[in-house]
Amino acid sequence: MNSTSGSSVGTQRVKRGLAEMLKGGVIMDVVNAEQAKIAEDAGACAVMALERVPADIRRDGGVSRMSDPSMIEGIQATVRIPVMAKVRIGHFVEAQIIQQLGVDFIDESEVLTPADEKHHIDKFAFTVPFVCGATNLGEALRRISEGACMIRSKGEAGTGDIVEAVRHLRSILGDIRKITQADQAELFEWAKQLQAPLPLVQEIAETGKLQVPIFCAGGIATPADAALAMQLGAEAVFVGSGIFKSDDPAPRAKAIVEATTHFRDPEVLVRVSRGLGAPMTGINMDEINNTQRFAQRGW
Amino acid sequence: MRIGVLALQGAFAAHCECLSSIGVEPVEIRTPAQLETVDALLMPGGESSTMSQLLESSGLFDAITERLASGMPTFGTCAGMILLASEVLDGRSDQRNFSAIDISVRRNAFGRQVDSFESSISTPIGEFHGVFIRAPRIERVGTAVEVIGSLGDEPVLVRQGNVLAASFHPELTSDARLHEYFVSTMSNTRKV
Repeated sequence: MNSTSGSSVGTQRVKRGLAEMLKGGVIMDVVNAEQAKIAEDAGACAVMALERVPADIRRDGGVSRMSDPSMIEGIQATVRIPVMAKVRIGHFVEAQIIQQLGVDFIDESEVLTPADEKHHIDKFAFTVPFVCGATNLGEALRRISEGACMIRSKGEAGTGDIVEAVRHLRSILGDIRKITQADQAELFEWAKQLQAPLPLVQEIAETGKLQVPIFCAGGIATPADAALAMQLGAEAVFVGSGIFKSDDPAPRAKAIVEATTHFRDPEVLVRVSRGLGAPMTGINMDEINNTQRFAQRGW
Repeated sequence: MRIGVLALQGAFAAHCECLSSIGVEPVEIRTPAQLETVDALLMPGGESSTMSQLLESSGLFDAITERLASGMPTFGTCAGMILLASEVLDGRSDQRNFSAIDISVRRNAFGRQVDSFESSISTPIGEFHGVFIRAPRIERVGTAVEVIGSLGDEPVLVRQGNVLAASFHPELTSDARLHEYFVSTMSNTRKV
């Protein structure tokens, strides 16, 4: 901090402000400094530092935890763009450690093994902003009421199948559209159905949008997937396994960045979709049983 | 006057809302053809290295360079200020900037997100609430540049001819006075 008196850090405005800065961009999962460099070179607006991409977490099984601080520091030393890191749902000590490292954004993520079966982290207690996943509007509003400064639709991480991301985005944004048409009495019912605080539901009815930026995650593997998420109303995208599990990560990363910016421009989408090599092989959602779905984690 | 908002990446949506709130219809700019339809340009915050790459691939870098040379009124905030500066310190080596205002700017000089802050600053329109997000610092101001806003002793709002640059984010408050200032002063000035 500088010495100017009367200035304040960690306010909701400052925390949500960074989420605004990431709009229209691509946040890429990286597992080491070399990948972080490739991501930044390709035009990523931020990187997510984690030890294994979701596809590997899914394959390996076991308990998945926050990353080793030295690995995160290696990435921070390599790039100038914001660095994000994941902590387990409810694991506020992992979050304290990540904040101490000077990470720019924390993802309280269902991709890691949850540490608490009932409670998410009190995110107001932190200076660093948090992003949380959501499958529907109620879940999104519960996370916002706990202090989340960005919501990402969960999708199903590590599959390369966009279908769940589309389901979650349509659910969240579709309900917002319906709420703007509801009368006052119906808003009480909406709050009850969504299990969400009434004032937040009333605010959405007035403004027609979520209180924080809504990004898309979980299953994006191609430039067309990214543009689909953007046209559906996402304000930026997270790409996890989709880049570094593909044949040729660097050009694919760059293509997804361009597709996210020019998401309504078919000419650009054709150009960037050409000759990218094979995308990640992926797993069809029909092949995953319910207990293996990350999106069900979180409450 | 039609005002464009560079919409490659970053806080362009917040700038559009600010302009709408003062009765100016914003135009999102992602291509050189769209740039031709506007009289002035807002360059938002975001990641300057990301924007720099997208400026190249979209052909907008050369198009904006030309328009700046012919005096297009332009307002850059945070990353937008970095792009307009004549010298960028701590940027990527391949990061290009427009050199439209004679200042040296250090990227992320105020620190990481945990150091981001809000504070009152003095400007030509009075006290203004400044929001600084991983903000750049103006480390040198050229002789042709006028410092018009400061945080303590530090320059945070500068102007050279038709180019205005801020290291903070006026679009993150509901106060659109700086946007009004840009629209009103710039529409009265011509080329320098």
